[in-house]
Amino acid sequence: MTDQPVQRSGSPLEVRGISRRFEETVALADVSFDVKAGELFGLVGPDGAGKTTLFRILTTLLVPDSGSAKVLGLDVVRDLWAIRARVGYMPGRFSLYPDLSVEENLSFFASVFGTSIDEGRAIIAPIYQQIEPFKDRRAGALSGGMKQKLALCCALVHRPEILFLDEPTTGVDAVSRREFWDLLGTLKASGLPILASTAYMDEATRCDRVALIQQGHVLAVDPPAAIAARYPHPLIAVHANERHKLIQALRDYPHAKSVYPFGDEIHYSDARTGIAPDNIVQELRAYLTGRGFTDVRANSIPAGVEDAFMELMGQPEPVVKVAA
Amino acid sequence: MAGRRSALHAFIIKEMRHILRDRQTLTILLLLPLAMVVLFGYALRNDISDVRLAVVDPTPDYATIALRSRFAGNPRFGIVATSQTTNLLEPLFRRGGADLALIFPPRFAESLSHGVPTRLLLIGDASDPNTGSTMAAYATAVIASYQAELGATGQAVRIIPQLRMRFNPTLESVNLFVPGLIALVLTLITALMTAISLSREKERGTLEILLVSPLHPWQIILGKVVPYLLLALGNVVTALVAAWAVFHVPFRGSLTLLLLSSVLYSMVGLAFGVLIAALTSSQRAAMLGALVGTMLPSALLSGMIFPIASLPGWLRAVTYIVPARWFIVISRGIMLKGVGVAYLWKELAVLTVMLTVLLIAAVRSFNPRLA
Amino acid sequence: MTAAIDVKDLTRRFGSFTAVDSISFDVRQGEVFGFLGANGAGKTTATKMLIGLLAPTSGQASVAGFDVSTRADDVRRHIGYMSQRFSLYEDLTVRENITLYGGIYGLTDAEIRDRGEALIRELHLESSSAERVESLPLGWKQKLAFSVAMLHQPAVVFLDEPTGGVDPITRRQFWEMIYTVAERGTTVFVTTHYLDEAEYCDRISIMVDGRIAAMGTPIEVKQKFGAATLDEVFVRLVRPAGTQTPQHT
Repeated sequence: MTDQPVQRSGSPLEVRGISRRFEETVALADVSFDVKAGELFGLVGPDGAGKTTLFRILTTLLVPDSGSAKVLGLDVVRDLWAIRARVGYMPGRFSLYPDLSVEENLSFFASVFGTSIDEGRAIIAPIYQQIEPFKDRRAGALSGGMKQKLALCCALVHRPEILFLDEPTTGVDAVSRREFWDLLGTLKASGLPILASTAYMDEATRCDRVALIQQGHVLAVDPPAAIAARYPHPLIAVHANERHKLIQALRDYPHAKSVYPFGDEIHYSDARTGIAPDNIVQELRAYLTGRGFTDVRANSIPAGVEDAFMELMGQPEPVVKVAA
Repeated sequence: MAGRRSALHAFIIKEMRHILRDRQTLTILLLLPLAMVVLFGYALRNDISDVRLAVVDPTPDYATIALRSRFAGNPRFGIVATSQTTNLLEPLFRRGGADLALIFPPRFAESLSHGVPTRLLLIGDASDPNTGSTMAAYATAVIASYQAELGATGQAVRIIPQLRMRFNPTLESVNLFVPGLIALVLTLITALMTAISLSREKERGTLEILLVSPLHPWQIILGKVVPYLLLALGNVVTALVAAWAVFHVPFRGSLTLLLLSSVLYSMVGLAFGVLIAALTSSQRAAMLGALVGTMLPSALLSGMIFPIASLPGWLRAVTYIVPARWFIVISRGIMLKGVGVAYLWKELAVLTVMLTVLLIAAVRSFNPRLA
Repeated sequence: MTAAIDVKDLTRRFGSFTAVDSISFDVRQGEVFGFLGANGAGKTTATKMLIGLLAPTSGQASVAGFDVSTRADDVRRHIGYMSQRFSLYEDLTVRENITLYGGIYGLTDAEIRDRGEALIRELHLESSSAERVESLPLGWKQKLAFSVAMLHQPAVVFLDEPTGGVDPITRRQFWEMIYTVAERGTTVFVTTHYLDEAEYCDRISIMVDGRIAAMGTPIEVKQKFGAATLDEVFVRLVRPAGTQTPQHT
């Protein structure tokens, strides 16, 4: 797989001040973070945040306008061939050959890297066993979840030293997503550093550390728990009999900072500082009962990654402003 | 109904906007008809302006000289060779050095003065479509007007032109088309299909994974190109077999040479296809680009349907860069004239140079990155 | 009052494969109905039948009072449709898309103008109304697509995974738009992969292997399966204990 000894110093991935624009649009602005050995690192942000552009720069497909990045100690601009031989890459939206079978796809990608399915069997085993019953089926006839697992096998079969997964769970149902992240956990346990991007906030909690990214800017880099812990306002989960009216009522409350639905609860954050959450809970109960709501429940909760993301991203704008 | 915008109207406006905003396709679609009008306008002529005439005059006398000077003075003809024997004719025709040969019998003037109907032999190179009979018609007209001149002085003369069409005696059009058709089929399979295949890989996204691998651009290109090369050769053989079995098109030369030349020509087409795929950003644009850039010139400017001789000077100059033009000379030469490398080395050399240039351009245009 | 959507024993077969196996349910007017299921469970096929794009093999369904088998044209005229994969033409501007869809649904010029202006104002797109849709961030595209689907004030609107990949704030703004139209009486039929969004619906159904495996209000469904979240219910239904892979792909 590797034919020359490579200087390995520092982390498997170092990103320093990467910026890139496409004509009028800023895709990435001064992005910096590291991925440590054996880490499962999440790049979390909605579509259009710049995740794919960053992946393309790190896999040497695009050149940054400014900044630098090192993959496995190799520079993404200068050492592209050395990097390309050593990384596993799964670009978005199932880049497979639909008219080739599962096995044919896998053996093609193995041979492109100068190896074979047999040599890679050990590392892909936990994933491949889930699709092996369908190994003669055309890739185009697989369901979304199966395609995703096949694409992962194709990225792993040549035993890469680092894995780049660009939105591997997009368009796939909740159960397949969960299984996929279980598989990533297994891979990580074997020591493989993984950079995975996702638009699903709940997947952030499956990562060792995450970088929250929105419109080309990194909002935070930390373990998910730390990001959530930095949420600056008291957060209350509220429930009552009529949800839509409840949201309205809470927004009318004079001290409300943000009011957002979260599943079957409403997350209410308070703008005041220094007030005990339990006091807020009492206030809200009284206020809502006074407004005619029944079955009112409220309790203080710790913030999650999604709460933190929404707090950090600010209000969305219809036009992406270009920095002068 | 007043004021109610119809759904159909709305849809038409939408489609117009799509078309106007796809700049690449739009450019090709506007230029294509224009190009076709110009090309067809110029190419669709039956008059030939430059018939290369070889004269064989065993016993020059006043009559032969007079008739020869009629031909020399006629703007449609140019005398390329004069000889007293017919020895030079065969090599001249094989080389493609002359279009028509005028062969006087010995003691032409004497024969005329006796009032004997005298035969004049006209031999034409009919491996070029349409030209055979046209050239013969021009020549016959010149001869007839000379005959009329002589007759006006009171002499009873009769000159009978006899026509022989070399290489394609019965002027079978299928014989003329098959060599050109091989060129067209090869262009279709190589340039068009390669362009589509490469741009489809780009559009599908699988190209990204191929790039992020140890594969170098030339390996990707070669992997794409080899199957089409094999396919192209298979098609040449099929076309030849069909032509021979069904239409009895002659095959007088070396099959090996034709196949090797087909490989050379196919590779030119393949390199072209790769270049087009690299220069366009969508499958549709690649397809149109291949059609306009290769199929159209191959059909119109290669001499396959319309003789190059009937094109205006500037367009004739353009044909020098159309690879099909050179390949058709080779395929006609091999199939109808039975000639070999000795006569075709020039055309083969031109194709080799074209291949080298296109290959270098194609490999360089293939970016190892996405942008 | 007739149901906005009424489905009885609806079935669709492709050769020997039964994609939708005799499903029955109804959706009341003004309801927000969540149509869930794993990939390949038959959701897309069932939805296509309801919007008149695919003929049922057997069974009946009526949407907005029209039978989908015999009056498919009327069905399409009275519904709105928006999907994640495609909704607006990227190379047309905001205004041009509005004019196009207005025209397709037979609105008068005055209606297109007035409703279009209102739409642009509500979405705060005044400064971007002459921009091509492709330059808008995804969240705005989806909100715009929804509004355009509602331009002709349909009785029922079908939303196919409308918030995939959208940022969390815009996702919630989108659902507020859904509530607004539902309050005005429009029936909303939405499919989604976000199970927290499933909680926002009045009622939901979960399809497994072509059949409806659970239906009811989110609370009812959770109670029935003894689960705290719809996520748990979903997992339990889609992956019965012990199986790793679905029965068919």
